[in-house]
Amino acid sequence: MAKRIEDLKVIGNKHLNNDYFILELSGNTKIPEFKPGQFAQVRVDSSPETFLRRPISIHDVDYGKNTFKILIQIAGKGTRALSRLGNGDILNLIYPLGNSFTLPSINEQILLVGGGCGIAPLLFLGRYLKANGFIPDILLGFRNSARIIEFEEYLTIGNVFVTTEDGSMGEKGYVTSHSVLSTRQYNRIYCCGPDTMMKEIAAYCKSRNIICEVSLENIMACGFGACLCCVVDTVNGNLCTCIDGPVFNVNDLKW
Amino acid sequence: MNLGFSIGDLKFKNPVLTASGTFGYGSEFDDFLDVSRLGGIVLKGTTLEPREGNLNPRMAETPSGMLNAVGLQNKGIEYFEKSIYPRLLHYETIIIVNINGSYIEDYIALAERVNKLKKISAIELNISCPNVKKGGMAFGTNLKSAREVTREVRSVYSKKLIVKLSPNVTNIVDFAKVAEEEGADSVSLINTLLGMSVDVLNMRPALSTITGGLSGPAIKPVALRMVWQVANAIKIPVIGMGGIMSAFDALEFLLAGASAVQIGTASFIDPQASVKILEGIENYLVKKGFSDLKEIVGYINRAK
Repeated sequence: MAKRIEDLKVIGNKHLNNDYFILELSGNTKIPEFKPGQFAQVRVDSSPETFLRRPISIHDVDYGKNTFKILIQIAGKGTRALSRLGNGDILNLIYPLGNSFTLPSINEQILLVGGGCGIAPLLFLGRYLKANGFIPDILLGFRNSARIIEFEEYLTIGNVFVTTEDGSMGEKGYVTSHSVLSTRQYNRIYCCGPDTMMKEIAAYCKSRNIICEVSLENIMACGFGACLCCVVDTVNGNLCTCIDGPVFNVNDLKW
Repeated sequence: MNLGFSIGDLKFKNPVLTASGTFGYGSEFDDFLDVSRLGGIVLKGTTLEPREGNLNPRMAETPSGMLNAVGLQNKGIEYFEKSIYPRLLHYETIIIVNINGSYIEDYIALAERVNKLKKISAIELNISCPNVKKGGMAFGTNLKSAREVTREVRSVYSKKLIVKLSPNVTNIVDFAKVAEEEGADSVSLINTLLGMSVDVLNMRPALSTITGGLSGPAIKPVALRMVWQVANAIKIPVIGMGGIMSAFDALEFLLAGASAVQIGTASFIDPQASVKILEGIENYLVKKGFSDLKEIVGYINRAK
């Protein structure tokens, strides 16, 4: 699908808590067919402080309504400015960008692992898997129960397991210590979250010969392979997070 | 409307080119614009051997700009000749290869090889990259080595030679004059300004290399001043760049004496920026009643 640069209309801005919000966007033209794992480069505004675009995952897509959602964590001036957008505001995007998660083979047991904002691309991936006949398990990690986001949405896809650092919901601790990792057998794990979490999940998968794909985050200037600013150190040399990723098989990463 | 300009007998259809390292090899932009509409494209910096570039993080956003420390990541001239060059042949625009080396011998070897590539009309001699440990800016901040590398490349390269100047010098005019004296057909300026950013929350430099090259509108007034100084001091055409985001930005450079402009960082934020700037320049000329771009080049230096 060709990349495009387009003005989209904000038709919803749902604040999930103090840190996370979801923008629902609608286009004048038919939205492209997204692949799970892809992202958009979002133009913030013309403020000198937020000069570059912000790379944001595609969180959910509704082809029937011709809309899609992006889930954003307020992390700085740019994302804070985006959090203030309201219905009818126009947002300029370059999208869809990046590669995608690879689809599993039939009969594979699948687990999605997400932590914090890393859950963003996993909802669309989950829906995609479900539409293709898979029922994945989903393991989500949060700091505490007040910070749990999009729980009900994930329930519509498969079995959801939760960890919180303070034990206020689900198992206490990090996703990497959840009992589901020792009690169930998986053929494939898709993961997105903090680096330390992804590295631990990668190590778990490597030791058990489980196929593992992670979606990486990086600072980017362009988002489409021109600037070479967002490199990842891989067994094939420096590759761009934006066009060679954001999804990588962990065997290709020097982790 | 004549939007063309020339470097010697090399005719460009319009004055909007893309800056090296911001436009890949053209194809990255095929989804967004018709590359053949541009006056020319300057390709990502090429070295003799493949280079991995610098470690991540390589980029930091700064007010009205960005710092980069990519470090000339590229697959080397052999890969370029075999795999990239054939994909450039269909573009109906002037294609310029930006060459870089650690030693003079590297530049000479590269120039000899690029000289054999029919579709490549010119070399941009990069003696101003601030992000490599050896070579790069070291050549462009010392008059003697700038002279030597320009002379040596000139002696082996028969097509148009553009020397890309570093702003990280006391007097850029001296370097422009040296380039002209040694037979360069044009100079392009400015490369990025050496800068730095500190990540206060994590208490470390924002870039893996600590320092990097600053680009974007933050550097435009500095670039414009340098282009104006150089255009008034030499006879060969000057290609201006540095923070051009809009047609009016580009027109500032043209009015100050640049024969053409390169669009760099703007293409990251709006991949269609180069074509929009071209359209804006044409509209401006029409509105102002000019029929030839040349009428406005250096206009501020003539108007009394």
